[in-house]
Amino acid sequence: MSTDPRFDGPGPDETWRSALAEGRFLLQQCRRCDTCRFPPALVCRGCGSPDLAWKETSGRGAVYSSTTVRDREGNYNVSLVDLAEGARMMSRVESVDPDSVHIGMKVEARIVHAPEPLVVFVPAKGDAS
Amino acid sequence: MSRSLRGNAAIVGIGNTKRWNAPGRSPFDQLQEAAILALEDCGLGLKDVDGLFCAVSSSGLPVLNVAERLGLTVRHADGTMVGGASFLFHLQSAVSALEHGLCEVALICYGSNQLSAGGRLVSMPDPQPYEAAYKPRFPISSYALAAARHMYEFGTTRENLADVALAARAWANLNPDAFARGPLTREEILSSRMVSDPITRADCCLVTDGGAALVVTRADRARDLAKPPAYVLGTGVAVSHRQIAAMPDLTTTAAVESGRRAYAMAGIGPAEIDHVMVYDAFTITTLLFLEDLGFCPKGEGGAFISSGAIAPRGTLPVNTNGGGLSCNHPGMYGLFTIIEAVEQLRGACGERQIQGAEVALAHANGGVLSSQATAILGSAATL
Repeated sequence: MSTDPRFDGPGPDETWRSALAEGRFLLQQCRRCDTCRFPPALVCRGCGSPDLAWKETSGRGAVYSSTTVRDREGNYNVSLVDLAEGARMMSRVESVDPDSVHIGMKVEARIVHAPEPLVVFVPAKGDAS
Repeated sequence: MSRSLRGNAAIVGIGNTKRWNAPGRSPFDQLQEAAILALEDCGLGLKDVDGLFCAVSSSGLPVLNVAERLGLTVRHADGTMVGGASFLFHLQSAVSALEHGLCEVALICYGSNQLSAGGRLVSMPDPQPYEAAYKPRFPISSYALAAARHMYEFGTTRENLADVALAARAWANLNPDAFARGPLTREEILSSRMVSDPITRADCCLVTDGGAALVVTRADRARDLAKPPAYVLGTGVAVSHRQIAAMPDLTTTAAVESGRRAYAMAGIGPAEIDHVMVYDAFTITTLLFLEDLGFCPKGEGGAFISSGAIAPRGTLPVNTNGGGLSCNHPGMYGLFTIIEAVEQLRGACGERQIQGAEVALAHANGGVLSSQATAILGSAATL
């Protein structure tokens, strides 16, 4: 087969899911311009390069925006979190009252099993905001 | 630049079923009725249609379904699906196809039975695994996240958003065809059930049925048809993301780009627009698009709206049919922004008519602030 070896192996979604199942929260970082992206894809969002490397995140971030979903079964938080590496993802901030989650709040990632592995966030230790 | 397309095509026929709650009628029933009405409006027939442009929520193959039902033998078609803005993408595509002789009579059409089929947004086979697990209320939570960020950055308030809904209702009360009419107070809106903070039930558009269609031809042909043409002075489209987390800045939409392109083609700016239609899926979208299209500075939308500017007797007539908030919202509302703009340019709006309306801007949104499309229409006096 004359396939392009740069794209051999499992695709980016599969790679990300497999790592998460092993307890690792990965991001892609461009080898050309250093931009990090999430969710995974084949090219850099910053410069279009297909030369991306996987790196483990620090798990640290801050809430970019937040909403409380009012549900009959109970209210819960949905947030957009800006990771320290520069990528943004949807998630939720747990272990606090949903109404106390606020923009700018410092948070840290946790992997929970619900039952599929899922990245959620909790307030960062020492967050005074 | 595409300045040379200015005024080369015109909307010559419009069809609006105004069947906002029509049990027993399918999306394609609504669409076909609207298509027939639009063709009768301008004195053309199905046999004249050789370009078909359509999108529906319930079918991945709308062009095939519609062509079969209407018996069309088209030589050009476009089923671009970018959510509620699709039909303004179609308009730009039709203008181009007409210019290049790919078709002579373009039909743009839509139908929905969202209300009578149960009131839920038809979910398309387009899973978003990186967001779905967190159970955002679709699509409300995405707009709530944008509203929350706008409040944080600019001090926009829930009262500002309520005033969008109040203005829409005031216009709807002048439109006998609007679905939601009657008195409404700011207090009622503010005390409406919270769905996804800061968006309440009253900040959300209606859920209705409906069908709409446009017939578009080149300007030289438009002059001989039954109704005064609404000339397409400018169009612009832009896409920025699929999932809300991938939107670069939640307080600034790609309407900045679609608007800039439409203004450039039309050779005019926001100060020269007499009548504005912006897709109000939620109160926050009216605010964002008025800012992004240059009707007020970024961050000042709240104050602009609460000054009464967009309500009847205000300085800028916006969403004069009552909008998605109070007139109708059959799943994908975009085409209805054009319908009202054409009616205003024809002077056919009765009690809500904007006197001397010569230039109208219609703007539509799709997905979760994902796709943006702007069209600027003008009467013969603007050519």
